[in-house]
Amino acid sequence: MTESAYPERVLLHYLDQESDLCDIENYVADGGYATARRVLDEMAPVEVIDTVKESGLRGRGGAGFPTGMKWGFVARDTGKPVYLLCNADESEPGTFKDRLLIENDPHQLIEGMILSAYAIGSEKAFIYVRGEFRKGYDILCRAVEAAEARGFLGEKIFGTEHTVGIVVHLGAGAYICGEETGLIESLEGKRAHPRIKPPFPAVQGLFGCPTIVNNVETLACVRHVMEKGPAWFKGIGPEKSPGPKLFCVSGHVNKPGVFELPMGTSLRELIEVHAGGVTNGRALKAVIPGGSSVPILRADEVDLAMDFDSVAAAGSMLGSAGVIVMDEDTDMVATLRTIAHFYHHESCGQCTPCREGTGWLETILLRLESGEGTEADIETLYSVAGGMMGTTICALSDAAAMPVRSFLDKFRDDFLGSLAAVQG
Amino acid sequence: MPRVTFNGVDVEVEAGSNLIDAAEAAGHEIPHYCYHPGLSVAGNCRMCLVEIKALSEKQDKPLPKLQIACNTVVQDGMIAESNNDRVAEAGRSVLEFLLINHPIDCPICDQAGECKLQEYYMEYGGYESRVDLDEKVLKAKATPIGPDVMLDQERCILCTRCVRFLDEVTGTHELTINERGDHSVLSLTEGAVLDNPYATNVVDICPVGALTSREFRFQSRVWYLSSKDTICPGCATGCSIEVHSRGSEIFRVKPRNNPEVNGYWICDHGRRVPSLLQGGERLSAHLKREQGRFLTRPVRTAVQYAASLLKDAGPVAVIVSPELSQEEAELLKQVAGLLGSEGCLVFRCEKPAFDDDELLISSDRFPNQQGLEVLGMRSADGPPVDCSLAIVAGCDPAGAGPQWADWLEGLDGLLVLDSHKTETAAYADCLLATATHFESGGTFINKDGLRQSFEAAISPPGDAVEGRLVLGWLVEELGSAAGDSAPPTALESQLAGA
Repeated sequence: MTESAYPERVLLHYLDQESDLCDIENYVADGGYATARRVLDEMAPVEVIDTVKESGLRGRGGAGFPTGMKWGFVARDTGKPVYLLCNADESEPGTFKDRLLIENDPHQLIEGMILSAYAIGSEKAFIYVRGEFRKGYDILCRAVEAAEARGFLGEKIFGTEHTVGIVVHLGAGAYICGEETGLIESLEGKRAHPRIKPPFPAVQGLFGCPTIVNNVETLACVRHVMEKGPAWFKGIGPEKSPGPKLFCVSGHVNKPGVFELPMGTSLRELIEVHAGGVTNGRALKAVIPGGSSVPILRADEVDLAMDFDSVAAAGSMLGSAGVIVMDEDTDMVATLRTIAHFYHHESCGQCTPCREGTGWLETILLRLESGEGTEADIETLYSVAGGMMGTTICALSDAAAMPVRSFLDKFRDDFLGSLAAVQG
Repeated sequence: MPRVTFNGVDVEVEAGSNLIDAAEAAGHEIPHYCYHPGLSVAGNCRMCLVEIKALSEKQDKPLPKLQIACNTVVQDGMIAESNNDRVAEAGRSVLEFLLINHPIDCPICDQAGECKLQEYYMEYGGYESRVDLDEKVLKAKATPIGPDVMLDQERCILCTRCVRFLDEVTGTHELTINERGDHSVLSLTEGAVLDNPYATNVVDICPVGALTSREFRFQSRVWYLSSKDTICPGCATGCSIEVHSRGSEIFRVKPRNNPEVNGYWICDHGRRVPSLLQGGERLSAHLKREQGRFLTRPVRTAVQYAASLLKDAGPVAVIVSPELSQEEAELLKQVAGLLGSEGCLVFRCEKPAFDDDELLISSDRFPNQQGLEVLGMRSADGPPVDCSLAIVAGCDPAGAGPQWADWLEGLDGLLVLDSHKTETAAYADCLLATATHFESGGTFINKDGLRQSFEAAISPPGDAVEGRLVLGWLVEELGSAAGDSAPPTALESQLAGA
């Protein structure tokens, strides 16, 4: 298997740079902030939105919603401030790409945020950092301070009439804070209970004002779209799902890590070439392609282009591109129980199906894992998960239920083999 | 007004209303727990999921996911459905989720009989349980959270109605949800006690047995209670209430929705009025004083005696309470007229003071002050002078000090109408035993001039009769004796029929 051609790393550019890009001097010397300066000088906000629309950039947080279109939903002329929120609450198990961007190239994100805030007419932006990302938080705080000192953030930035300020906020460590309305509630100082929609944040978000929430990687991409142009971005990967993409590969591989590759790179290439193949020469059993919440794929399904539409067509989701690789010896019952435990622990408890269902799933899976399960338990597991899908305010319930259904659909024999009757 | 089609029934609904209310207008119930029309929409219980076949005339494609009816605002041309398998399955599933950690202690739960978990399980659940009892999450039971309210965390379905009530209506924030996931618990906020004048409303809006009234707990199963609509006599606001009673005993008071006055709420003072009004020493017989002793008389005989006592015997003062109904006050005014009196004087008994608040409580502790003012009655500044006879109705001036007691002592004749043995009653020559507010029908005019009628909730004890009835007879006696006034036949025949 050969590596696809990829001209240069942009998002992970710091890897190809000798100097520390956390230092604003080095970032500026490397051409940093020139794009923001130029765009604020030369382009109208609507032109920035149009450019991003033209690029085909889709949100990197998981849902893959077109970024330019999302920006277009911002309620205008409401007399209220518009807020840009950067979702840096990266918490989906198997996902660790945003952390690298924050810790190694914070100004790339800040520049992307200046451009995005300018586009949507926001003078105040927030970075909501996952509670456990203490190091990244400190780096971001220092970077924002340095950018303020240079006049890149604050009032009259780059000598223009424009204002963009950034507040870095450290969460307290809850998965649900990564859900965009949970994030907004948390930022307002409340429990991160996701909000019912409508109204959507673009109309009524932070403090009741029009708000856009974008993922770290998405905002970093904006910086490069504006620098290199929409055609460059659109030229990478599939037409409807273009651009450079960070893939996080973990599990039973020789070289786990984050890889910047064109959207649409094959899952097989990702595992076998970039991540160095399955450990100890074992055979591949299964892959979760987009973070622990998405449906699992069997080994025979990995000849798959890793872009939003192709993975969806294969019955799973690209999600956060957290690729979790499992070898032939993996205990699927134990794996699913671990996943179920996570969602049980993280359910905010607001909606009935998720609050009660996540615990029920774990209870049944614990029984199966300990070899005391019955065939009826498997049926119950399947139907409980069914009652949790599409019935709640946010997607956490679906995130807990989808793995259950897909594990049972694709690895039912593993579950039947765990039953008390079989175990004797 | 937008037109929506719900389960095939076309219905015109008020713009801005949600699907739950629209469905109700179409004669369909959409089951729900967390939605309450007096509170903001929380959308957390997920019981009201329905299928939207078309959002509006323009957006006529079905929505892929089921939608919560509470947060779906009606639009012209909306088509929604709840009577299909998909919605039924979702509802069944939500009920099963709600019950897996519920203690199912219905036999010892005070909410039994008026519990939405029970009701919806019978209507929409009906499945076999798939959980073992020892798998349930255990939480605190029977915890007092204030003087009036008991909390059972295990029964709580976390709908947050109570939390929203205390955040949005009273603004006192005593309750919150702590912890997360299936360990979420309804709790007092740090340092708080649920002790505000509206606290017991949380018991009314709790759809399950999580919040119960410490006073009503274990006093009666709700299915033994009968409910009557009336108006609270506790202050000049005149909140609409339901009185729940068994026989002649009132067990509790609940608010009755009245958008013009109290919305969905009442204050806790109002809930205590029945025990104050029905307690004490009741008058259950009509009495005539003869040679210093009270003798029991049938009501008509007592009324005839009262008429003979007052008629042509000298100037009469008529002292009335602003707790009397408008009907009683009007009849007393008629009596005063027939006796040539100058008119009725309003006597306000001493009561513990309330401050006006922004919600419902009025500092005027009397329910019909406005009504008496409409009839031109003025306040009694002190005992009336130049009167040798008096009628005292529903109030107790003797308790107000020696000047009143001396005045009552010096009268040649005194008729007292009251439900209780008051200090004034001791001076009476004739005592007519009347019904309390809860035993009477009538009308109050509240502080805002709103005229509200009510019916009797329970029967008066012994021979006691409604004031309006006994006063009607008195008017009749005085009128026929004078031969110049027709008896109020319409009122009497109406009451006789009731």
